[in-house]
Amino acid sequence: MSSLSYILKRLLMLIPTFFLVMIIIFLLVRLLPGDPAIAMAGDRASDADIQAIRERLGLTQPMLVQFWLFLSNTMQGDLGRSILMRTDVIDVIADRLPITVFLTVYSVVLSLLIAGPLAFVAALNRGRWPDAVIRTVFQIGLSMPVFYIGLVLLTFLAAQLRLFPVGGYGDTFGERLYHLFLPSVTVALYTSAIIMRNLRSAIIEVLDAEYVQFARAKGLPSRLILGRHVLRNALISTVTLLGLSIGNLMSGTLVTETVFAVPGMGRLMLEAIFARDYPLIQGLTLTFAVLVSLVFLMTDLFQSRLDPRMRLQ
Amino acid sequence: MEHQTPILEVDGLNTTFYRSGQALPALRDVSFSVARGEVLGLVGESGSGKSVTLRSIIGLARRYGEVTGQVRWQGRDLVPMPDRDLRQIQGREIAMIFQEPMTSLNPLLTVGLQLEETLRAHTDLSKAARRDRAIEMLDLVGIPSAAQRLKDYPHQFSGGMRQRVMIAIALAANPKLLLADEPTTALDVTIQAQILDLILRLAQDMDMGVLLVTHDLGVVAQTCDHVAVMYAGRIVEQGPVRDVLRVPRHPYTVGLMRSVPENLPPRTPLYSVPGVPPSLDVLPKGCAFAPRCAACIAPCEQDRPPLSLITDGRQVACFNPISKAQGNAA
Repeated sequence: MSSLSYILKRLLMLIPTFFLVMIIIFLLVRLLPGDPAIAMAGDRASDADIQAIRERLGLTQPMLVQFWLFLSNTMQGDLGRSILMRTDVIDVIADRLPITVFLTVYSVVLSLLIAGPLAFVAALNRGRWPDAVIRTVFQIGLSMPVFYIGLVLLTFLAAQLRLFPVGGYGDTFGERLYHLFLPSVTVALYTSAIIMRNLRSAIIEVLDAEYVQFARAKGLPSRLILGRHVLRNALISTVTLLGLSIGNLMSGTLVTETVFAVPGMGRLMLEAIFARDYPLIQGLTLTFAVLVSLVFLMTDLFQSRLDPRMRLQ
Repeated sequence: MEHQTPILEVDGLNTTFYRSGQALPALRDVSFSVARGEVLGLVGESGSGKSVTLRSIIGLARRYGEVTGQVRWQGRDLVPMPDRDLRQIQGREIAMIFQEPMTSLNPLLTVGLQLEETLRAHTDLSKAARRDRAIEMLDLVGIPSAAQRLKDYPHQFSGGMRQRVMIAIALAANPKLLLADEPTTALDVTIQAQILDLILRLAQDMDMGVLLVTHDLGVVAQTCDHVAVMYAGRIVEQGPVRDVLRVPRHPYTVGLMRSVPENLPPRTPLYSVPGVPPSLDVLPKGCAFAPRCAACIAPCEQDRPPLSLITDGRQVACFNPISKAQGNAA
């Protein structure tokens, strides 16, 4: 099976996924306690006002009709109007989405830069002091909550030493790298600990594999053995974990963006929840779902590039 | 066929692994030699040190434990040799094939690439010439439409075909010695003979020595010039195949031969050497085989019998070797 038809097949599989996501979002919002019409109208609205808003939102129609409206509006890019922001949800999200994507990609890149080399150093020195030091430090990193590490970094590096800004975003690419460094590092410390542990044990396992012994017996240069034979095989299981971690990391932006005052989708989600801004919650949930699905799609595609056996299924 | 000057001389080879601080003597005082074009069989039960011997020769064992003694390859000692120099010998002069064709090829790389990288490491051939040579090698080991199969992955080959691929990779750079670690054990019986024939035919054509690890005495009888019998990390008997198999002198060799079923009527209980091989961490003080040996005498439990020459070319490590008459009876 060619990789093109694999990609097409994998893309088709996204359709039922999104349909399910839409159903879940639709139901969740309607199952939440509280009436969005009351929330919209405010405390002093009359019953007639609330009823009018209900009708405007289509809440008086049967569930199936409501769902159909929700589905067709979403397909046309109409996610409704935000109660909180008083603009179209799609515009609000378009405004915040790049920030969160930037933060996520930045964190992932930092995680890999930290985890990759250290996993190799630890695996190649298995049982000796470099391995012990690396594992202990990461164990500590894993056992501390993200927001705590974030606050510590903020207090020392930003507030006291003034090496980094305490919040905000910045305008140019360079400024963004600078502004988002602390939040990204905070997230990366945790993610890289998970990746490092997994990659380290994967490398150790692959180092003992017969095909690596065979590669050594062939007299290949060490760098070729590590790069071509060991790393590729060790990456297979780690890529899956990385995909899952990115999913985790996105929900983690709720905390990180709040702690570091980054105006992204995570903080917006928190504000929307407090304000009972249902259209915005729906829109944000959908956006997060799409992002996570895309990450999983890319994970699968990357894996099928790595492992020829995957392309057969 | 007479083989004279040895190309490989193993002398007093010891390999020790360490597990939770405890020393495990995997090989002790192993000595033998292989001449150009000679096939030496290494037999013994699982855990007797056959594979470790091969892995110690080619420098794989030292990553996992301590290897001492001498492995003289054309006048140079491989044991203390730095990795960088050893790589010029691994795959180029001494090649190795493994038991499990399913796990010994990298599942993520095409067989073409796995063949080509050996050629790249050991020859000055151009890219096009390497490709030609790769096709030639696959063809040589009997893989049909070799040119089309270069871009295939290991999982697209059957077990026997994978073993052929491994042989093609190992022999690509024209080595002078092939270390074959039970190359047919994992294969179907019908395929076993084909692969063995292939190895021997290629060895003859390329004037290559073969160190063949097996637990199958039938294979030894058919294919080897010399045989060394290993037990608990030591060679207990060695010599020309005909002599050793016709008149085995060590009680363990006799036991091994008796466990090969031959001309038995149906439903005859099969013979096996009583007891199990000792664990490496609790080796007996004297002869390691003494607890299982019917011919055990008093000194066997106190001292370790040295491997000594009995007749020309025959060496046995036993205080009470089986006499010729007894050997025939067994």
